[in-house]
Amino acid sequence: MRIKLHVWRQSSRSDKGRMESYELDNVVEEMSFLEMMDTLNEKLTVEGKEPVAFDHDCREGVCGMCSMVINGEAHGPKSETTTCQLYMRHFDDGAEIFIEPWRASAFPVVRDLVVDRSAFDRIIQAGGYVSNHSGPKPDPNSIPIEPNVAETALDAATCIGCGACVAACPNGSAMLFTSAKASHLGLLPQGQPERFDRAKSMVSQMESEGFGSCRNYAECEAQCPKGISIAFIGRLNSDFLKASLVEPIDRRGDMKAQ
Amino acid sequence: MNRIQTLYNSIIGKKVIAAVTGLVLFGFLLGHVAGNLKVFTGSTEQGIPHIDEYGQFLKVAGEPLLPAGALLWGARLVLLTSVILHITVVVQLAMLSAEARPVAYVKSKKKAASLPALWMMFSGSLIAGFIVFHILHFTTGTIQIGEFEHGYVYNNLRSSFSNPFVAGGYIFVMLVIGIHLNHGVWSMFQTLGIDNPDRNKFLRTASTALTMAIVLGFIAVPASFLFGLMPEAANYAHELLTGH
Repeated sequence: MRIKLHVWRQSSRSDKGRMESYELDNVVEEMSFLEMMDTLNEKLTVEGKEPVAFDHDCREGVCGMCSMVINGEAHGPKSETTTCQLYMRHFDDGAEIFIEPWRASAFPVVRDLVVDRSAFDRIIQAGGYVSNHSGPKPDPNSIPIEPNVAETALDAATCIGCGACVAACPNGSAMLFTSAKASHLGLLPQGQPERFDRAKSMVSQMESEGFGSCRNYAECEAQCPKGISIAFIGRLNSDFLKASLVEPIDRRGDMKAQ
Repeated sequence: MNRIQTLYNSIIGKKVIAAVTGLVLFGFLLGHVAGNLKVFTGSTEQGIPHIDEYGQFLKVAGEPLLPAGALLWGARLVLLTSVILHITVVVQLAMLSAEARPVAYVKSKKKAASLPALWMMFSGSLIAGFIVFHILHFTTGTIQIGEFEHGYVYNNLRSSFSNPFVAGGYIFVMLVIGIHLNHGVWSMFQTLGIDNPDRNKFLRTASTALTMAIVLGFIAVPASFLFGLMPEAANYAHELLTGH
């Protein structure tokens, strides 16, 4: 099949960047989207041009590295699918395809389609952990967990941290990522000790990274390759509210009766 | 107090303030539309339209426990504060969000965002402008359309809404309010963390139903006057209403 590509090219962080167009005529329907990109890069290399830089790693939909906005949608037109799992058969022959990097001030473009997503790592560092004892190994499954709760936590844990939610959100908000990470720990008994501090510190880190605010469009959920629900955003809102207004800051101290 | 300030400074806190002030304004709209329906209930034996009586009641409500007008001005203060806070936090968040996406996509596509949700800033601005106009029109009488006399609510409505442009304008703005509420009311539940998959359908249906009830209730008044369905009110002395 034959396709026309419009790809964002930017040589460095400071470069202004622009869209460039390429024609590819040796595309096969069985190719994955990234294999098509490899074909483009081979062609560019042979022509003595700079190949397009793009992030990729596992190419089986679990690592969260591939990050392209394809025809205006994060990870392209197929729902609950990462770019690497998108195939050229999902496009028509002669299709015109626009490929852009994630757009957010918190995700600066490093080069072409590669963005720096370390803002997500810093949100995780701020609260995406649980405290463990360093003593003897506990028996497996020694903490009872209600199955529905475990399943919900697992739903949240399917977040691969790719950043599609930020790319998809008209406001560049990272609420879906932050809420999925805060919820998958906050739902489980092991995550209770830090639950409310986690909500506060992860949200605070998210804010200082310069992500936008959530306006309940649910665009993140629709474009999330793992279909993570905005129910987790509501949960984080609720935990953050409790942490800010209800939960005691200091539980110790004197009290008088009246 | 420290906690409130921390909350105010956070993105989620600002959203919560928008949600809570939105709830106050939504409550006001419910009361407002219920009061408006007094237009349809007729007049007293002395010929005073019920809506005029209701207007007078609002002015003196709370007496003698509170000085005259105290409750009215108290409510106005709460509403004004809510409107100002609602607009302030929303504008702050919009500015923040604009900074979060400095380079726009060449091609962008919406998969889930509803049009009412995307139009919130537009519908909100229109409503803010309307509130100012509406107060100058029917409360202070500064903007005179047809005849206007303080206290004669029914006649003022009749005089203004028999003009098709005024009635049409009001009906249009009510539809805009409906669009704003359609997203806003559900959004409040989500922001406060009250919504979840179990309740989602109920909350969304309830939000839409209440919104439609409010909008239809509001539209009924200008529409009825416009189509000449409303009888002329009898002349009555203003003293009958105020009692002095």
